[in-house]
Amino acid sequence: MSVVIETSGLTKVYQMGEVEVHALRGVDLTVEDGEFVSIMGASGSGKSTLMNVLGCLDRPTSGEYILSGKNVSELTPNEFAEVRNTRIGFVFQVFNLLPRTTALDNVELPLLYDHTGHVRDARAEAVAALERVGLGDRITHEPSQLSGGERQRVAIARALVNRPSIILADEPTGNLDSVTSVEIMGLFKELNSQGITIIIVTHEHDIAEYTRRMIEMKDGAIIRETMRAGRQPE
Amino acid sequence: MRLRNLLKIALKSLTKNRMRSLLTSLGVIIGVGAVIVMIAIGQGAQADIEQQITALGANMVMVFPGSSWSHGVSQGAGSRNRLTLDDAEAIRERATLVTAVSAEVRVSAQVIGGDSNWSTSIQGVDPEYQEVRDWSTVAGEFFTARDVRAKAKVAVLGKTVADNLFPGSDPVGERIRIRNTPFKVIGVLESKGQSAYGSDRDDVVMVPATTALYRLSGGRYINRIFVSAVSTEASKATEDELIAILREEHSLEPGEDDDFRVRSQAEFLETATETSRVMTLLLGAVAAVSLVVGGIGIMNIMLVSVTERTREIGIRLAVGARASDVLVQFLTEAIVLALVGGLVGILLAIGVSVFLDRVIGMTAIISPGIVALAFCFSGAVGVFFGYYPARKAARLNPIDALRYE
Repeated sequence: MSVVIETSGLTKVYQMGEVEVHALRGVDLTVEDGEFVSIMGASGSGKSTLMNVLGCLDRPTSGEYILSGKNVSELTPNEFAEVRNTRIGFVFQVFNLLPRTTALDNVELPLLYDHTGHVRDARAEAVAALERVGLGDRITHEPSQLSGGERQRVAIARALVNRPSIILADEPTGNLDSVTSVEIMGLFKELNSQGITIIIVTHEHDIAEYTRRMIEMKDGAIIRETMRAGRQPE
Repeated sequence: MRLRNLLKIALKSLTKNRMRSLLTSLGVIIGVGAVIVMIAIGQGAQADIEQQITALGANMVMVFPGSSWSHGVSQGAGSRNRLTLDDAEAIRERATLVTAVSAEVRVSAQVIGGDSNWSTSIQGVDPEYQEVRDWSTVAGEFFTARDVRAKAKVAVLGKTVADNLFPGSDPVGERIRIRNTPFKVIGVLESKGQSAYGSDRDDVVMVPATTALYRLSGGRYINRIFVSAVSTEASKATEDELIAILREEHSLEPGEDDDFRVRSQAEFLETATETSRVMTLLLGAVAAVSLVVGGIGIMNIMLVSVTERTREIGIRLAVGARASDVLVQFLTEAIVLALVGGLVGILLAIGVSVFLDRVIGMTAIISPGIVALAFCFSGAVGVFFGYYPARKAARLNPIDALRYE
């Protein structure tokens, strides 16, 4: 298996007025292609910051981040945007869908910003992505007309639509009830079985149970890793 | 990103806030409309003035007596009146660029006729005066060169005089008395209305120049000589020719000042046109200020919009929009607002101009050049006032934008 994510000595320091906040204190992480990983930790442990750095939404203060063999720290802002657009799909806790915009238009959004020119029919691709998450009959609904679980499915479809190799999800079930959470995790599991690398941030143990590899963070550093084989809930 | 996607995104955002977009555009609509209407009115006025002056005869050249100086005090125009009927005759005989010449002798007098009397201006002229001023009779006829030679006691009445002395009846053939001299009315002039200076041009009695000079004023000198040049273009050359003839007539030495003045209608036309052109420019400039104010309205709303849609910008950046994509999106929104405003403003201006023209009766001329210019200018307003808010949006950091509450 090839390595898709490799970080060494990642740090992130925020300046909050007079105080320096060390959100990450030297994170070394290696993720291989096709892995299903969860990152756990209490709030303030730095797991979301790590996620934002991995998702190219934020740049680390120091350290190296190599994504599929490319040193991300050296990318220009436009290349950075392209990584977000084509290599990584990001799923948020609060869905982050455009309001008053149909599911189809929301899912189509990344394709509108595609600069590689490989998108032939953005509409059709967006419809296909929505069907893949089981929302083929909801494409003209706006977020306000959808349930929380459906909104998150739209967000996942948006993450999928440009065929990224990695999906990063930051507390994807944080705003969902337990039944819906199970459905969403089932969807992630299915996508993982189709070969997509998935990293999930969560603070709930039973959500982390779905993954094969659990990483625990505390105070901006990784403190424990657990691999579990075969013992995942069906 | 392709242009089609760009326009799609911009139009979607704008149509989501229809009322706001409309109100924002309104500034530009009014601005562009005002610029076009103001310039249309200015150009209409310019055309009116040109037409009026041309109607007076654009090829008309006038000779006035010069002014004299007495102990350092200028006595004003006409104080050194040396224009005579001989001067007019000399011009008639020797000028080559001239089609018609008429002397003018003006006498103010009380005219008695019918059962009434009327104080008016008596103009002694030559028959060619009709041609020079393009002024025909509506009843009877004008006097002839023979009448002039004979100092005939015949008069042609202006409309106002005819109406006052002979209300409701035909004055032709009637007798009138001017300074105790009896005259026979042989015609009535067509009405010319007000002059450019507001005086009634129909308040006049025309008699042969010789009659006015020898029987009424009793002087030697005439007030003006009217000349028709062969064409408007030739009026400058005609002026030069007249100056040469009159200097010779008046035996002026080289270096000596002219004791007369020559003015062509073309010069008046030029001055009047220039004046109204400046007025048009001024009107347009004032209206352009409102267009700039409209632009500031766009900037204001775009800034509010960027703040309000910070989260949306974060989402766009998170799914892979480049900073330039965001910049172009907001810039496009501003330009679309401005151009739509410009377009509606143009339609509005055309409507208003047609209304002014048809209903109010004011001449308003919309030139395609101004319309094109106003449209381009509204686009430029969009770019200029949209750039700052758009840049502000593009500089957002995705994480900060997503966290914005």
